[in-house]
Amino acid sequence: MLRIKNINTYYGKVHALKNVSIHVNVGEIVALIGANGAGKTTVLNSISGITPPREGEAIFKGVNILGLPTDQIVKMGISQIPEGRQIFAPLTVSTNLELGAYHRYSRKNKSSLKKDIEDVFSFFPILRERRNQIAGTLSGGEQQMLAIGRALMSKPSLLLLDEPSMGLAPMISKDIFRMISRLKDELKTTILIVEQNAKAALQLADRGYVIETGKIIMEESSKGLLNNKEVQRAYLGKEKKEIWE
Amino acid sequence: MNIWDKDYECMPREDIEQLQLERLQSTLNRVYKNVQFYRKIFDKLNVLPEDIQSIQDLSNLPFTTKDDLRDSYPYDMFAVSLREVVRLHSTSGMTGKPIVVGYTKNDLKNWSNLAARILTAGGVTKDDMVQIAFAYGLLTGAFGIHYGAEKIGASVIPTSSGHTEKQIIIMKDYKTTTLVCTPSYALRIADTMVNMEIDPKTLNLRLGLFGGEPWSENMRKEIEGRLYIDALDNYGLSEVIGPGVAAECQYKDGLHLFEDHFIPEIIDPSTGNLLPPGEKGELVITTLTKEAFPMIRFRTGDITKLNWRQCDCGRTCVRIEKIMERTDNMLIIKGVSVFPSQIELVLYEFEGCEPHFQLVVDRKDRMDVLEVLVEVSERIFFDEMKKQRRLLENIKERLSSVLGVNVDVKLVEPQSIERDLNKYKRIIDKRVI
Repeated sequence: MLRIKNINTYYGKVHALKNVSIHVNVGEIVALIGANGAGKTTVLNSISGITPPREGEAIFKGVNILGLPTDQIVKMGISQIPEGRQIFAPLTVSTNLELGAYHRYSRKNKSSLKKDIEDVFSFFPILRERRNQIAGTLSGGEQQMLAIGRALMSKPSLLLLDEPSMGLAPMISKDIFRMISRLKDELKTTILIVEQNAKAALQLADRGYVIETGKIIMEESSKGLLNNKEVQRAYLGKEKKEIWE
Repeated sequence: MNIWDKDYECMPREDIEQLQLERLQSTLNRVYKNVQFYRKIFDKLNVLPEDIQSIQDLSNLPFTTKDDLRDSYPYDMFAVSLREVVRLHSTSGMTGKPIVVGYTKNDLKNWSNLAARILTAGGVTKDDMVQIAFAYGLLTGAFGIHYGAEKIGASVIPTSSGHTEKQIIIMKDYKTTTLVCTPSYALRIADTMVNMEIDPKTLNLRLGLFGGEPWSENMRKEIEGRLYIDALDNYGLSEVIGPGVAAECQYKDGLHLFEDHFIPEIIDPSTGNLLPPGEKGELVITTLTKEAFPMIRFRTGDITKLNWRQCDCGRTCVRIEKIMERTDNMLIIKGVSVFPSQIELVLYEFEGCEPHFQLVVDRKDRMDVLEVLVEVSERIFFDEMKKQRRLLENIKERLSSVLGVNVDVKLVEPQSIERDLNKYKRIIDKRVI
């Protein structure tokens, strides 16, 4: 579905991504794990065009999306759920959802929009209860659901999820991960997920990539990565690193 | 026809190339970080791993040779710390320096999977009884197949090598359906069956997976005709992973090389240049998933060519032609690699030996026999018999321990080895394979 080759992204003079090549197949959940500042979010931002790469190739459904403006990329079916959720706090839950479909908002589409909002409500029943509440007053977990719901409003075929568990209590983040696997099972959404909580992400994902200082150093099945001693030490908090030789 | 890993073995070309690029780049990033040998090469060429932007760019990097691996004895080529290594194997070199290879937990998992692929390609299922007559020990052959067979769910009979009569009794009583060994040993078994008056038709044997040495179509016909089985070839080498690199499917038209784990290249062995697709040359392999012992552009010394035409079995991965030749003078004696250069070094140790020798390889009772003819100086030759005998025994003992196989030695008069325009033929291979 998505095939990226040799992406190089810079922040000014800082070379943030060095020849990153990854792919996501239809129906897959792919996890991108790595330490703080390794470039995980930059990969997502490069795909969605928020920080366009200077070089490389990103083929989405047969079209090179590199260099396209973000709104067009959204229209093509890629939707990103940003780190820290970034919901519109002063607006109501319903308005937030409507804004997720901003690119196809028109009088003509009104009835289909309504139906889509209903679909989101049936997926996240708690949002239906809170539909008229100001989004900023929702709990962290509810806000994350809202952010996911808002992304679903653009009918994405590929969802880019940035740190969905960030700032959430462990129990709540467990719920969120359960929702994400439901997204895959019930809505058949393809997902590229970036997570600090490597273990949870890998338990959810089919495959994973490990990124380190802007370079991909490993591509493996999730099981393989969970088995890998170096990954365990660096990202899963098992076995502390000892100096050898 | 069964395929063990359909997702990967039948991947569309485009997807396989993307996966290869991703895995190649991450392998390069890891070896640059963790293996000094490779970092030095990169730094010397003034390239960074990120300069490799396509599989074609790989050809800008130098080769890794057997000598490089010997020089890095024992652990210098490892890309992980030893506490992550769960298994060691090595090549046969008994003295001098063998090549030591390591495996992490994931490497073993991938290895089992690859072996499961070759067994499945050969037609082995969970209903089979697989008798493994490769030596269990430092060599990789037996273990790889063993894991693969267990993974499939077949029953493994780890008879290891030797004791041919016992092997046959086990084969008969345990109802072995699949034999795994070297092709020459399969013929030895057939001969022994005749002596034991056991009719192979009465056995349950139906399949043989053979590897470890080159063998011809004629030999295949003979094995198939005498043991009443399907005989299939598979290819692997310890430096890369062991058995599991490539294997024939039931169409017996080339060996499928598993491209999600290895990138093959074909080079001209004399110039090192890449050859156009489809031409015959030396096989060079880069590993894509190995964690403990990754190899970048390893020169296998094996001569073959690549065939990308899709096979009727449905696998899309490239096929290599059955390997019949090598680039160097390496001889495979009873599955152990022997280089003339090793013999030369040993002979230099003995006073009175000229560095002129000839190797005569033959097959007696299906097993390889290596005879070394050594020219000795006239002084020694006319010396007392006792001294001569002792020298002969010493050389024989030393050679057998260095090479890891028994050899016969014959002392001959100076200038008695046939020379052709002053160049004498170093190897005479009388084996019919």
